[in-house]
Amino acid sequence: MAKKLMKGCEAIGEAAIKAGCKLFFGYPITPQNEIPEYMAHRLPQVGGTFVQAESEVAASNMIYGAAGSGERVFTSSSSPGISLMQEGISYIAGSELPVVIVNIMRAGPGLGGILPSQSDYFQATKGGGHGDYRLLVLAPWSVQEAADLVQDAFDLADYYRNPVMVLGDGLIGQMMEPVEFRAERTPCKPLSPKAWAATGCNGDRPTNIINSLFLDPEVLERHNQKLKAKYDLMVRDEVRCAAYGTDRPYEVLIVAYGTVARVCSTALDDLREDGVGAALFRPITLFPFPYAELRAAAETARAVLVVELSTGQMIEDVRLALEGSRPIHFLGRQGGMLISPEAVAERVNAICAGLRAEVRHG
Amino acid sequence: MQNDLIIAGFGGQGVLLIGKMLAYAGMADGKEVSWLPSYGPEMRGGTCNCTVVIADRPVGSPVVERPWVAMVMNLPSLEKYEEMVKPGGLLLVNTSLINREVRRTDVRVVKVPANEIANRLGNPRAANMVALGAYLGATRAVSLAAVEGLVRETFAGKAKVIDSNLAALQEGYALGEREAADGKVVPQEVGA
Amino acid sequence: MVETVVFARPQALAPVPTHYCPGCTHGVIHRLVAEVLDELGLAQRTVGIAPVGCSVLAYNYFSTDFHEAAHGRAPAVATGVKRARPDLIVFAYQGDGDLASIGMAEIVHCANRGEKITVVFVNNAIYGMTGGQMAPTTLPGQVATTCPLGRDVSLAGYPIRVAELLATLRTPAFVARAAVHTPLHAVTAKEMLRRAFRYQAEGTCFSLVEVLSTCPTNWGMPPVEATEWVEKNMVPYYPLGVFKTPEGVDRAPRPAPAEEG
Repeated sequence: MAKKLMKGCEAIGEAAIKAGCKLFFGYPITPQNEIPEYMAHRLPQVGGTFVQAESEVAASNMIYGAAGSGERVFTSSSSPGISLMQEGISYIAGSELPVVIVNIMRAGPGLGGILPSQSDYFQATKGGGHGDYRLLVLAPWSVQEAADLVQDAFDLADYYRNPVMVLGDGLIGQMMEPVEFRAERTPCKPLSPKAWAATGCNGDRPTNIINSLFLDPEVLERHNQKLKAKYDLMVRDEVRCAAYGTDRPYEVLIVAYGTVARVCSTALDDLREDGVGAALFRPITLFPFPYAELRAAAETARAVLVVELSTGQMIEDVRLALEGSRPIHFLGRQGGMLISPEAVAERVNAICAGLRAEVRHG
Repeated sequence: MQNDLIIAGFGGQGVLLIGKMLAYAGMADGKEVSWLPSYGPEMRGGTCNCTVVIADRPVGSPVVERPWVAMVMNLPSLEKYEEMVKPGGLLLVNTSLINREVRRTDVRVVKVPANEIANRLGNPRAANMVALGAYLGATRAVSLAAVEGLVRETFAGKAKVIDSNLAALQEGYALGEREAADGKVVPQEVGA
Repeated sequence: MVETVVFARPQALAPVPTHYCPGCTHGVIHRLVAEVLDELGLAQRTVGIAPVGCSVLAYNYFSTDFHEAAHGRAPAVATGVKRARPDLIVFAYQGDGDLASIGMAEIVHCANRGEKITVVFVNNAIYGMTGGQMAPTTLPGQVATTCPLGRDVSLAGYPIRVAELLATLRTPAFVARAAVHTPLHAVTAKEMLRRAFRYQAEGTCFSLVEVLSTCPTNWGMPPVEATEWVEKNMVPYYPLGVFKTPEGVDRAPRPAPAEEG
């Protein structure tokens, strides 16, 4: 299919439709309004249903019902709305239902602002709602990758019967870039019929009950351990990451995800021109986090720089990956302020200068 | 090679539209492109801007802090972006709405009376097209033919609007080309 | 010569420009609230609750204390303030998405508990801040970005008449609907706001004034047309007047008296 110039939000909407999603429940919030608007316009054309919920609290419970019926279902929101959805998300994870949730992050806490941010990393990767559960979290860095990952997200959700979150920021949502949708797409995981769905048993099978209530602690513990086994499988099989400039010697390894990694990639080019050795490591899955891959990439580096639009959230996973083996520096902006390639390059140069001074004094 | 520019003006001046047209035209010319709008409270009646990157290889940062080119359609935009343009870069100034001189001496300046030209052509809303034309004439960032095709597509079915927008685009292009030929602006080979 | 000021900014209004679009009547409603607070001498002990929506920045435009609430939760925040400090005058200022969609639970229970607060409910039949999506009060057939073919009542139901709905609650309250699209309407709106705040000041009851407002930007029409649109389309569906008073005025549909308990 030909390339088409699309806004990130629209590409995400179209990707959901290409993945066979016919249901959207959501509530307006900036900066992702183009997703529900796109679905309101597009779903009726493909025989689907769009419902504007009265709130994100309601929307998250609507997708719970729809997913329990065995249908592919999707919602999107931005940070404060995602907070409101945590009730539903926790029930969905507990009931093992497949849904896709897109979070176009904006700056917080509280009402915060509406400009791009990566301040929901903890919420997305470490829980968010109550209870002992995990989301599979995918972080695209371009509009094309957002479209690809949203389609994969539906397959992953169905395969693991688990909510999958696509974590973007305001830039991904609002920018326009060329996108290409594959005409024939093979699911990224083998899919089986949803025999567990509550679709009316007609007396020909035992009843299916969508439920997360287990009053017997032994039963609930077994349920928790079953979920844990599922998360362990994700850790084993679903890690995705990318590295740039690691084919040449580098002193500093930059770690960043999403659009921030794009900014860092430009800095990388500028640094190369100036003869400074730097490389970039980009986690694409945030849960599961590419601990081993990052540790390997950092082996030949002398220092690591983590760049985030937050006060430092992913850096905690970087620390876990490196186990104190390398000094870790941090560059962050908050509140919707962006990081420029120049700022990244400047920081890398400062780190390199520090390393050289160390050598002289050492 | 990478062309990047920021287009800025009042909401309603069509700065987002011409930015999109540049991105579409760049894509049609086989280049890599990104278009990033400002969004937020400033969308409502205030200033707005967009960043367009047109490149020969995948676009790195869609965020550009020091643009090579700034097209400023009103005074607040000149105030905001004059200092940000890279030395040796280009400031394209809508002199119809900006009555002060550019202070920078290390950038090239193309003055475009965009609103006056659009008014004279009988379509006051086509000032953005005049400015877009001037940018193309001065830089050849994408082909004029590709943009003309987009004008026909955007306003399909409205023959009069197409004609006046094409006229605005072409008049702007001639102006930009003239400025370039005078040696004030060199058609650019920007970035690395 | 003695100069007489005949028109000035109310003290309860801050001396700052607002961010509202040209032709939007939020500014008029702000002013009416401020005038009433001044005239009743309440401004000094008033705490406002701002919503999420176009009037999210209302705390900048009044010179009274304010809380900024989460979307739809203003009546809950107001309840907390009023219960902690019954001597304060507390008002929530909410739009139609905030109050009638995401915050319907909060407003109904706040009214039903009879919290002695005042709610200024601004109904312009659309989501303004997020860019023109369908509101619970969007009229049948009215086009919005999430009902691009017009509100289809077979899918989205009918617009909610908030004043009438709240008037069905048994708890005593003052519930009225006004408009501000002409000076005469604005005068009446101010009278209703005055009654609402007076009931609160006297500790009588919950009070809510629904005010029909304009949104030229998202309705896609010039301001003058927008005011005409209010008269032609909104007023017939949303009749103006008092729906309930603590003294017993009650225009709300009710079950037969026998069922009333």
